[in-house]
Formats: sequence, C-alpha cells, structure tokens
Amino acid sequence: MHRTAFLALLSHWRRQPLQLVALLFGLAAATALWTGVQAINQEARASYDEAASALGQGTEQRLVGEGPIPRETFIALRRAGWLVSPVVEGRVGRVTLLGIDPFTLPPTAASPNLQGDRLGAFLGEGLVLANADTAPALSGLNVETAANIPDGQATADVTTAWDILGKIGFDYLVLTSPQPMGLPPLAQIAPGLSQVTEEAAGDIANLTRSFHLNLTAFGLLSFAVGLFIVHAAIGLAFEQRRSIFRTLRALGLPSRSLTLLLAAETAVFALLAGALGVALGYGVASALLPGVAGTLRGLYGASVPGSLTLDPSWVLSGFAITFAGAAVAATSSLWRVARLPILAPARPRAWAMASARGRYAQASVGALLLIVSGVIAFQGEGLIAGFAMLGALLFGAALMLPLMLDLSLAVVARFVQGVLGQWVVADTRQQVPGMSLALMALLLALAANIGVGTMVSSFRATFTGWIDQRLASELYLTAQTPAQAAALEALLDAEADATLPLRTTSTRLAGGPADILGVVAHQTYQEGWPLIVSVDDPWTQMNAGEGVFINEQLWRRTGLELGDPLELLPGWSLPVSGVYTDYGNPEGQAMVAQPELLARVADISPLRYAARIAPERTGELRAAAEAIGVPSGNILDQASVKRISLDVFERTFLVTGALNILTLGVAAFAILASLTTLASMRLPQLAPVWAMGLTRSRLARLELLRAALFAALTFVFALPLGLAVAWMLLSVVNVQAFGWKLPMLAFPVEWFRLLLLALLAALLAAALPAWRLGRVAPSRLLKVFADER
Amino acid sequence: MNVRAFLFALLVLLSPGVAAAQSFAGLGEDAEGFALPQLGDQFVFPEDHGPHPAYRIEWWYLTANLIGADGRDYGVQWTLFRSAREPRSDESWQSPQTWMGHAALTSPEAHFAAERFSRGGSGQAGAQASPFAAWIDDWEMAGSDDLSSLTLTAKSANFAYSLQLQAQGPLVFHGQDGHSVKSAEGQASRYYSQPFYEVNGEIETSDGTMQVTGNAWLDREYSSQPLGRTQSGWDWFAFTFPDGHRLMAFELRDSENADYQSGSWISPDGTVTQLQPGDFEAEPLNITDIGGRKVPTRWAFSYPAEGVDIEVTAVNANAWNDLVFGYWEGPFRFTGTHEGTGYLEMTGYE
Repeated sequence: MHRTAFLALLSHWRRQPLQLVALLFGLAAATALWTGVQAINQEARASYDEAASALGQGTEQRLVGEGPIPRETFIALRRAGWLVSPVVEGRVGRVTLLGIDPFTLPPTAASPNLQGDRLGAFLGEGLVLANADTAPALSGLNVETAANIPDGQATADVTTAWDILGKIGFDYLVLTSPQPMGLPPLAQIAPGLSQVTEEAAGDIANLTRSFHLNLTAFGLLSFAVGLFIVHAAIGLAFEQRRSIFRTLRALGLPSRSLTLLLAAETAVFALLAGALGVALGYGVASALLPGVAGTLRGLYGASVPGSLTLDPSWVLSGFAITFAGAAVAATSSLWRVARLPILAPARPRAWAMASARGRYAQASVGALLLIVSGVIAFQGEGLIAGFAMLGALLFGAALMLPLMLDLSLAVVARFVQGVLGQWVVADTRQQVPGMSLALMALLLALAANIGVGTMVSSFRATFTGWIDQRLASELYLTAQTPAQAAALEALLDAEADATLPLRTTSTRLAGGPADILGVVAHQTYQEGWPLIVSVDDPWTQMNAGEGVFINEQLWRRTGLELGDPLELLPGWSLPVSGVYTDYGNPEGQAMVAQPELLARVADISPLRYAARIAPERTGELRAAAEAIGVPSGNILDQASVKRISLDVFERTFLVTGALNILTLGVAAFAILASLTTLASMRLPQLAPVWAMGLTRSRLARLELLRAALFAALTFVFALPLGLAVAWMLLSVVNVQAFGWKLPMLAFPVEWFRLLLLALLAALLAAALPAWRLGRVAPSRLLKVFADER
Repeated sequence: MNVRAFLFALLVLLSPGVAAAQSFAGLGEDAEGFALPQLGDQFVFPEDHGPHPAYRIEWWYLTANLIGADGRDYGVQWTLFRSAREPRSDESWQSPQTWMGHAALTSPEAHFAAERFSRGGSGQAGAQASPFAAWIDDWEMAGSDDLSSLTLTAKSANFAYSLQLQAQGPLVFHGQDGHSVKSAEGQASRYYSQPFYEVNGEIETSDGTMQVTGNAWLDREYSSQPLGRTQSGWDWFAFTFPDGHRLMAFELRDSENADYQSGSWISPDGTVTQLQPGDFEAEPLNITDIGGRKVPTRWAFSYPAEGVDIEVTAVNANAWNDLVFGYWEGPFRFTGTHEGTGYLEMTGYE
C-alpha cells in the first residue's frame, strides 16, 4: 500500500519534469553556493593555521619589546632558563623574510627542512628558503625551494636575515611551550619585554575575519534565494497533487502515512540535491579560490593556496544544510497536508489566493524588520551588527514587496486605457501572489548587486585618485646592504631632484601592531598625504618633531582626538596633529619627522629610498642605480607600483562580483520556475480571453510583457534598497571590516545596465512558458470550458 | 664511551624539527681539515677540560647513580655535546660550532629526558677550561679547574636537579695515555674520565623535591673520526664496585665485521688496565619493547680476568631518551659475584 502510494505521489514529477528540475536545481544551487563559500573559508582558515604553525606559534606566545630586541636580551633569557627563540622579520620586495634560529625554534611540521648539507648552507652560506612560486621574487639571493614554506614568505637563518634586512636585533621572541619549572620572573631578566598572545597568524585571522564574514553573508544570501525557489516548487507541487492526496486518503491511506511519505519524498530530493549541490559547490569553490587567494594576499598579506582540498566536514555540512533547507521549505506544506480534510475540494488556485490574504500581515513583518534595521544603523556596533542590519533591511524589503507590487499595479491600472490593458494589469495583479517568492528573490539579487556594485565602484574611484596622489615619487629603490644604500644615497643626491629615504620601524601602537614612518620634510608628502582632519599648519608641526600623523585605521580604532598624546616609544609621546587616509593597509601607522625617529630607534633598515626626478630621466637613473649593484627587481617605477596596487584592488572584489552574478542567475531561475508552474494553472484564466478573440501568439507576447513589467517594477524597488545597502557597506561595514570610510558615489550607467540585465533575465525566464502558450493546442483551451467546475 | 660519537656526529646534521631520519651508518667519513688524535698526544690541563674546536666532536658526559631519602634508586644524566662544521671557532653568531644538551632523570617508575640546542659563538652554550664551566641555557656544569669539585644543574618542564660532586680519586686516561681506539680500522678519540665522584644534592619532579646521595662518572672525549663505516650502534656499561673499583666496557655492534670490544678496569687509585677485544662477555637476558623498539634491559656480564660474573638489571627498563636523537640511557643494579650499581647506554635500537 505504502509503496503504491509512494509511486503514485512520485508520478507527479514524471508529469512535471520541469518542476522537478526547479526543485532539485533550486536546492542544489542553494547548497552549492553555501558549501562553496564554506569550502573557501575553511581552506583559508587551514592555511592561516599552517602559516601560524610555520613558526610553531599556533597557540604559543611571543615576547615583544618596544622596538628591536637586542641579542644580549635573548641570551640572558636563555641563560635564565626561558625557552625562547628569536625571529627577525622584514620585507624583501613583496616577500616577507623571516630570520629564524633553527637551534631554538620549536619543532613543527612546517619547520624548514634542513637535512643533509642544507643546514650548513643555511647557517653559513646565507641560504634562503622559499616555495617555488615565491623564489623568483628573491633574485640576487642564495635561494633554494622548499615546498612547505607558505606563499609570499621566505625563511633564512637570523644571521642571513640581518645581512639582508640591515638589522642587528630581533623583532620578537617565540615562547616555547611548555616552559621549564621554576623560572625567574620575566621582569627580572628582561624588563623591557612583554608577553603577547596575538601574533602574525592571529593578526591575519583577525584581519581576514571580516572578509570571511562577508563571504559567509553572501553564501547565506544565495542560500536564502535558493530556498525561495524550493519553497515555491514544493508548495506548488503539493497544491497540484491535492487531487492525488484526496484519492489516496479516500482509498484508505492514513493521514499520518501520507505525511510521512511526503516527508520521505522530500528527504530523497534533499539527498539527491545535496549530492549535486556539494559537487557544484566544490566546482564553485575551485573556480573562485584563486581569486580569493589573490584577494587575501593582496589585501592582508595572508597566504592561501589557490587549490582546494576536499574536506569531509564541509561535505557533511553541505548535506546538513540541504536537509535543513528542504525541511524549512516543506514544513508549511506538510503541515497543511497533515490537517487536510479527507474530502477537501481540489482547488489548485486556493493556495495562491490564500497567500494573498496574508499579504498585509507579511508586509507588517517586513515593515517591522525595516524599523529594526534602522535602529541597528543608529545604535548597533561591530561587524555582526552591520550584517544584521543589512539582513533585516533586505528581508524586510523582500517581505514588503508583494504588497508594494500590488499597490503599484493598482496605480498603473488607473492610467491604463482600454479593456485589454485593464485585463492585462488585473491579470498581472492576480499573479502577484504566485510570483511573489520569485520576485522577492530577484529583489534581493538586484539590491545586493546595486549595493555591492556601488560600493566597489565608489571604492575604485576613490582609491585610484588616492593612489595617483600618494605615489608621487618617480622611482622606488631598495638597496641590498647598508654599504650599497650609502652608495645609492650618494648617487641619488647627485642625480635626482630629491632623495627621500624611506625609514620605517615596526612596533605596537595603542596595543596593536603598527608601523612608524619617519619622513623627511619635502613637498611630496604634503601633496601626497591628504589629511582627513588636522590642526592648523600640521606639516610644520610634524616636520618639527612636535606632532604625529596617524592613519585613518588607527584613528578610528583608538578614537584619538587631535592634540591627544600618542605614545610612540617608551618615553616618547607626540600629540596627534593629523589623520591621513591609508587604504589597503590592515594595520595602524604613524608618521613622524625622520630625524626624530632615527634618533630614538637605532636598528632601522637603511635600505629603502624614493627619488623625485623628471619622468624622462628615470631610465637614466635606473641604469645608474643598477650600475652600483642595485638589482633591477629592487627598482620600481611609479607606473608599476600603481599597477601592483590597482591589481590588488581589482582582485579584492573579484569574488564579490562573481557571487553577485551567480545570485542573479539563481533569481532568474526562480522566475522561470514560477512562471512555468503558473502557466499550466493559468489556462482557465486565459481560455476565456482566447475565446473572445485574442490569438495565442498575442497572449504569449503579453506574457513576455508581463514578465518584463514584473522585473521593471521589482527593479524600481531594488534601486533605493540597493543604495541603502551600499550606504551601509561603505559607512558601516567597511569601517568595521577595513577601518576606513569611503565617499558614496552614484553610477547611473551601471544601474541602467543592471536594469537591462534584469529585464533580459525575466524575458529569458518567461520565454519558454510564453513559447508553450503560443503553441498550446486549441483543444486544450477548449477543454477548459468542458472541465469547468 | 667514545661510541657516543654516534650521537654527536648526528649533531652535525641537527635541526630541531628535522626528525633524525639519518642512519647510524656512514658517520665515519673522513675529517677534512679537522685534527686527528695521534698516538703519543699528551693531555694538558686545565686547557683540555675546555673545548677543542679543531676536533669535529666533543662531549662532557656525566651520569650519576643516586639513592633518594626514600631509599630508592635514581639516575641522572647531564651531557653537553659540541660539534663543528669547520675546524675553527669565533665569537660571532655565524660560528661553525654547534651545541646540544641532554638531561635526564630516572626513577624506578619514571624516566624524564630533555634536550637543548644552540649555535656556537652566541654565548647561549659553551665551555671553558678556567674557571671550568660547560653550559647550555641554564643547564650548567661548573667547578674547580681540576674538576675535583663540580656543581651540576638542569631543569625542564617536568624535572630538575641540582647536585654537588666531589672527586675521591684521580682523573683516568683510557687507552694509551687517553688514545682510545674505536675500531679494528684504527679510528680513535682522546678520552679521559673522572669516575670517582661522590654526589649529594636534590632532584625535583611534580611529586616534589628529594635529597639524594650517590656516585657519578664524568666522561670527556673529543675526536674527529670516531667510528667505522659499518658500526651500527653500541652498548656501553659503567660499573661501580663496592670496593672502589670501576669498570667501563663497551661493545660496538658491527653489521659486517666482528663486534668491537674495549674498556678499562680501574683500581681505586686510578690505575687502568685496558680491556682487549674478547676480555669480557655481555649477553642480553631480557628484551623490553619500548614503543616498538626491542631493547635489552637485563644482561649477563662476565669479566673473567677479575672474576666478575654478574647479572645486570635496569632500574627502569623504560629509560628511553625520546629526543630528536633517541637512545636508551639509565641506571642499573648488578648481582652475582659482585653487587653494585652502574649506568648503561644503548644506541642503534631505533
């Protein structure tokens, strides 16, 4: 009995293959986007952990000082029993060079492999290890490849790193765990040092958290859009099978069994769609991961491999979310089936009509969500609040959409002349409930598209202008050794219009990692560093060593006001006299007069220079610098620095763009699914119109027009919603995630392009049902009158 | 005891994090530029208590058989190894000298071992003849220039010890004036010992601190080419007899040739009788499985020349030093014609 009943239920899908496809695809697409994003996040997280364990400090701690740690301090700590290992860190071009002490470094899986002759070369011959992708960036050094060094990183002995970076001390000491029993207190051995738990890897994990949250939010949005499809498909399928339910129940199938069979059916679909979705998700993740890896590297310096490893945990989570999604989508229908009176009339339209009755209630919930969103906008704090605000805004607006569409169609109806026009609008209104889920999906996709698009474009415009201003020097040069640096400086003094030595030291400001820039007094800085806020005559004050400029990130994080003192080093505080924009930098930064910095920090790498020179003479100067031994890879001209920076930028939002398009595609499919299922039910409405003389092809064209009308109206609502999203992203989420605020710019051409895209998507989705309507056999239309209940 | 060269030659390749995947064979390579022990060399003290950078490898190796206030047996090991990539030394961080320390504490139930590594030239580890000191991190062996009195300390996450040592006899030179031959091929090392220490001090574990007394044995050895190519490991015994005699005997296991035996019978006044191959016999009686390694921890030992026929039993059969370079090292008791204590070291059982 049960088997027969199950087969009878399944037979529906044989007659409605497209509905089946819609259901499976919707569920699979939702799962795919969700698991894809999860896979990317997980891969990234795993690689942060790997990077962290490269130095064995996954959970371990570090000792840091204010400025470099002398060798003697390290030895004193060791002789007192403290198990510490020194690390010196610095940039060689775009590569982070870690100088380590292989003798004291805690053993980890990712320690450099120094078997055989390598140890001798590592200790005595300046061997530098990097992976095959990174090694070419280290020309001029004694590089060997080692697969287990993370991307963008190189490892050498401390003595090698000292030579390359021009340093003499250490940046931090890694604390091994566990430490021996009965150690003398740290304050007694090395009073200048303090123990910190955060470390580079932790910093990266923190910095990128916002980025991953961003991705997760997108994944959730996609999943929600997919669920709209599934909900629509399942709901329609249940309504269409009311007559089957009635028959089965009349034949003696208990209500409980029927419900269980339907639940089992949903579970089977979830299983199928889950498998498909996880496979697709793997595809999505594989396709997007290189872009994500590029973004993370460019934006945060976090290294993530571009290839994906299959992890059982996200496969399982993919299936779990498919089942959860299917359950959510099917629950209300199952509930209704369970309570179905045994001889309820089979009225397929009743479902859509009933939904219409709940329209006002739904709109009220939507309005409430919008209010919640507004409250969060003014009261909330933090990234999570930012996303909650976005979520409330989007779903509130989506819930209000059916009512808004209905009202606007009512307005349209007033302006429409003629019987046919009146009928078209009235019929369109009639369809709002049936289409509302698909249109809500479209609304969300469009709004996200407009919002993110506006954010990215605003960012690009601001960033491009900023970088033109900031990168004013014609050449950027890095010497290899202090001796070469001296020669280079002499050369620049003789040949260039201005020599700008670039001097930076890493430290901690207000509790977080930060750089202090020492700048010389030159017009270049005044022109290239626009200040967001400043005191009167800030540059004179800063150059005189009487003030410090800080970047926007540090300013927002600390809440410092102009004139507030900032402690740069122990015993050295300066009042904040200006705040500058510093897009793309995840850390805090401070700018002080160079002589002041050099007087206080002895161990500053003296290798980097910028040169001002007439553009036509850059080739000449480059040749002269190469002649004294500066490797050509260490000489960057303005154009290539700009290109690198803009590349980084483009990569940053590559993934966001790709997810946008995918979401829009899913929404288009939702429209297709809704229109197709509605089409068969709408014959009773269309047959009388046909009988009155409207040709089938005319009716088909009207169907297309209706789809376009829906899309256009939805777009009208999506535009303000999208702009609200953009504002929230720029002014709230970005400030939280990146530490900078951007002006919001309008891009009407992009909106118009998106409108066309939405219309195209709607027309494509409507094409098949319209084509079918155009070819429907007249006998079927006639049959409507014969079947009239 | 020069066989510990095995360990130390490995230090040349050492790196924390690099598992010692290296085989024990192939360590007797020639020593380019390094000094080689010559028959007829004489020790000059206190200089020779300090390091010999011209030689490839060297160690300060101390083992102690102790009895706690609770009346039970304990053992302590303290070792500093020096290894050189080139036969020179300087005070820079790029010195080709490297150092490794091992410390261990054994009780009948537990065995703790720890290791330390350091580059030469930085001051983190080193040794000097006068005033005598050998150290790595806070582990230190220091005392009088003639080594007659020493203090010894080491601490780790789960054990610590602090001992005072007082020599009751003279230094002892192995082989011929300290020229100790290690294989039939003629590899040799410079090798002397101070086997007559009386010890008192304290040991500490998570159970607390305990006073201990006993005796200790210091080995000093340096060399550049200590082992034959086919020698795969060794078993080294140091016995302390109640009448004041000491016996050091070792057997180098050879994969192709006959095992090589050597040793010293030491009178209470320091007079040494050199043992020749075949003078003693050591047969495993019981094999202990330590994490898959089959290690003999009970032995039948006989040295007919002095009427010694005894059974050697480890105080703790699980005295495996589970370090980057793993080996067995622990105290034992012996019974039979004589009764007493001693230290056993076994390598090549990985």
